[in-house]
Amino acid sequence: MKKLIYLVPVIVLAVIASMFMVGLGRDPKIVPSVLIDRPVPEFALEALPDRGRPLSSTDLKGEVTLVNIFGSWCVACIAEHPVLVAIGKTGEVPIHGIAWREKDPRDAMRWLGRHGDPYDLVGHDADSRVAIDFGVTGAPETFVVDAGGVIRYKHIGPVTPEVWENTLKPLIAQLRKPS
Amino acid sequence: MPGDLMAAFSIAELGHFALVLALFVAIAQSVVPLVGAHRGDAAMMGMARPGAVALALLVGFAFCALMYSFVVSDFSVSNVFENSHTDKPMLYKISGVWGNHEGSLLLWITTLVVFGLAVALSSSNIPPQLRARALSVQAMITVGFLLFILLTSNPFERIDPAPFNGRGLNPLLQDPGLAFHPPMLYLGYVGFSMAFSFAVAALIEGRVDAAWARWVRPWTLVAWTFLTAGIALGSWWAYYELGWGGWWYWDPVENASFMPWLIGTALLHSAIVVEKRDSLKSWTILLAILTFGMSLLGTFLVRSGVITSVHAFASDPTRGLFILMLLVVSVGGALVLYAWRAPQLKGGGLFAPVSREGALLLNNLLMSTAAATVLLGTLYPLIADTLNLGKVSVGPPFFDGVFVPLMVPAIIAMAVGPMLAWKRGDLRGALGRLWMAAGLGVAGMVTVWLMRGGAVGDILASFGIGLAIWLFVGTIMEFGDRIKLFRAPLSESGRRARNLPRAAWGMTIAHAGIALIVAGVTASSAWKGEAVQTQAFGETVTVNGWDFTLLSAETFEQENYTGVRGTFRLSRDGEEVALLTPEKRTYNQPPMPTTEAAIHTTGLHDLYAVIGDPTADGTAFVTRLYFEPLVPFLWYGAGMLCLGGLVSLSDRRHRVGAPVRRREAKAGATAAKPAKA
Amino acid sequence: MTRFLIPIFAVMLAAAPVHAVEPDEMLANPVLETRAREISKELRCVVCQNENIDESNAELARDLRLVVRDRLVAGDADDQVIKYVVDRYGDYVLLRPPFKASTYILWFGPGVFALLAAFGGWRFYRARAVPMVAAAVSAEPPPPPLSAEEKRRLDKLLKDSDGAGDPA
Repeated sequence: MKKLIYLVPVIVLAVIASMFMVGLGRDPKIVPSVLIDRPVPEFALEALPDRGRPLSSTDLKGEVTLVNIFGSWCVACIAEHPVLVAIGKTGEVPIHGIAWREKDPRDAMRWLGRHGDPYDLVGHDADSRVAIDFGVTGAPETFVVDAGGVIRYKHIGPVTPEVWENTLKPLIAQLRKPS
Repeated sequence: MPGDLMAAFSIAELGHFALVLALFVAIAQSVVPLVGAHRGDAAMMGMARPGAVALALLVGFAFCALMYSFVVSDFSVSNVFENSHTDKPMLYKISGVWGNHEGSLLLWITTLVVFGLAVALSSSNIPPQLRARALSVQAMITVGFLLFILLTSNPFERIDPAPFNGRGLNPLLQDPGLAFHPPMLYLGYVGFSMAFSFAVAALIEGRVDAAWARWVRPWTLVAWTFLTAGIALGSWWAYYELGWGGWWYWDPVENASFMPWLIGTALLHSAIVVEKRDSLKSWTILLAILTFGMSLLGTFLVRSGVITSVHAFASDPTRGLFILMLLVVSVGGALVLYAWRAPQLKGGGLFAPVSREGALLLNNLLMSTAAATVLLGTLYPLIADTLNLGKVSVGPPFFDGVFVPLMVPAIIAMAVGPMLAWKRGDLRGALGRLWMAAGLGVAGMVTVWLMRGGAVGDILASFGIGLAIWLFVGTIMEFGDRIKLFRAPLSESGRRARNLPRAAWGMTIAHAGIALIVAGVTASSAWKGEAVQTQAFGETVTVNGWDFTLLSAETFEQENYTGVRGTFRLSRDGEEVALLTPEKRTYNQPPMPTTEAAIHTTGLHDLYAVIGDPTADGTAFVTRLYFEPLVPFLWYGAGMLCLGGLVSLSDRRHRVGAPVRRREAKAGATAAKPAKA
Repeated sequence: MTRFLIPIFAVMLAAAPVHAVEPDEMLANPVLETRAREISKELRCVVCQNENIDESNAELARDLRLVVRDRLVAGDADDQVIKYVVDRYGDYVLLRPPFKASTYILWFGPGVFALLAAFGGWRFYRARAVPMVAAAVSAEPPPPPLSAEEKRRLDKLLKDSDGAGDPA
């Protein structure tokens, strides 16, 4: 018994080391959203110039939608955008956009003109209030909102074809199934 | 030009080759002397010394080769390209060598072998078996790190074609404080490897005694002194460079250096008990293993990316895995050996809980608790994530909240401990002799509290100042007692002071340094004054009674940056005290802004000015002005810690051969020696 | 301190100085502003690593500083402001982790360590205070070479203590 106490240090090391092993496989910077399974925050954004009706929270009820946070200043958004445009063309799901923190909302319009515009409705969030309500940490981020207006999933970073095929699309199909 | 290029070319390859050779030498070194010690074969044990010399030469050559590549800006070496630039001043070309993962790893290894060399060449009083075994263990660690650098992080990698110029070094790092911070830190981290190697050698031998403790202590003291200096330099750098006068953030990377410091401090104190009382042996061995373990753990945290930190090297899980393996193999191996052999370490002179030894043990318990607490807080985000408890952050509010209550008893005890006699002390007597420290502490606390206006919120901080006074006065009184200050003629006191062991001087200096640090930490956390505003030319802003008037601002250009320099007149009661000229710089390569705060120190407090961006019309600037109370005490205190370490070390040098001589002389009076530390 | 330590070598995106809280963000009411600063120091900047939003130069940190001030102006108490941010970003933003089941290990840990240390110390002294002859039974012969003086000491030690039970 007395000798067992001498084993404590090596056991503690083993525990710590195995935690490190697990930790090495994870990214400490990814923070899961706390808003999953909660209703989308109430909001009503301003419109982008000459782009019709802006996005507000009432538009997110009635059917499954994607809400994409983007910005003309955001480099990763350029990488993501062709994927969104392709999804938009298939018409499988309405995609709404939140143009985040544009110095000038016309920048967002020019950016959409250059890279394509897959969005149904777009609102401009100049002061980050809506982005913060969504718990956004950076652009791009994409939320899946169900027909009841409840946030079901958040994807951090660019949506890739794999993310769309393997995660978003099956999830949307599942959410559409009458329960 | 082609000739230069050829020379540079072959030098980098030679450096790489030297590392490969060093690997083979290290492998031989980790086996031959060990076997020799086991068989009692003097020839094989004798290999340890030339082996250590060869290792040091080979690794030293590789290090110089890399440094040469930086000095001549050989951008065909990828590492130089990534981290240097022809425009950089020479100092930063050189510091660029360790300003990156690969180069700093090479510095690690260089330090490892230099410590091995120092042990190999130090006075020949270490028993040959112990020396051979310790050097073998040291070589095993070296093998691990050489494999690491050769397999995953070759600093001599080439790029073809060679780029025309380099990417430069982060301008925040182009700073004298930071040029020397990493080498100091590594000398500390890696220096603890020597205590580790001695501990493992002692476990293999199955024998720990006063002589062993005496061998280990100087090496621990060297490492501890360097680590202290490294931490202090980093803290100082953050203070003046990051632009808002903070000096400790409880960032994981800082904690990574603080944990070995805490355990190392415990080790320094417990080794005294082993030396004096032949007790706490297995505990001391454990501390020696853990101190180096903490150094490796810190290296892992900083380089693997498992924990988020403001700095940290570009993280890389592959490297992380390698360091983790090194950690598990070396520290894990040592701990298994410990579990097996430590129970057989018999011994233990008796001492009462209230005694000098008891106080040293108390220090150990508090330091270990503190280190475990910092470790828990640092790793908790990882622990919670692994156990799927969600993502949490552990920041300064947590660490301040749990660390301070642990330090309060430590500081109270620190003044009492040295007053206690060995074996069985007289607590009442010690406290009686400390009446003046207690009185002045309470008086200081009340005075400060009243001066601050007697607010409830200032009670704790005033208590902190009282503690600092208690410790400082108590430490000085203990010293005064020893030299019979005022109780004997001054000449007698002077004579006694001169004859006092250097280690006793070291303790007094270091403990008084801690008192200054306590005062600095308390005051600067509680009473920092701050004003952030848009300040027009000619406008005066007053912070804690100090007037900062913005006089002018002009732009200027330097070799590797452009900047804005503001001029403030600092005055007090209408009298000009100093002109402060903070700068905001934008570096060319890599393009990055930095602030250069202007600091005026009164020796007691600092006045700290930072200039930011101008307003659109250019008639005013954003300015940040701080009153930093007692911050200089942090640096004085850190300096005294290092000085105390050095003074104590100078004592060791005289005494390194003592145990052997004593034994030969059969004096049998080891315990009666006057050493106090 | 350190942001020092490491040398910081490579990345250090986050630590660029100065653009911490800016004058144009500040509230005119000094009481509210002081509260805002205090709250900001408790909240982690979610895009940086380990910095609070008061010190961070990230844009999102600035946005959050403004949100904090807006909530204060709207009349929220400090804990309501903090809850507002936690509702959106989770416990992750709290630099002082909340006290709940998932953090019991963290908050009780230091106390447990202190108790363990106290227990270790107590065991150490108790083992020494009660001289046990039994120690001789388990004592293994220490390896050679022992000098005469050491033998004498060893004999003495074995006689008056069991020698086991260091604090672990």
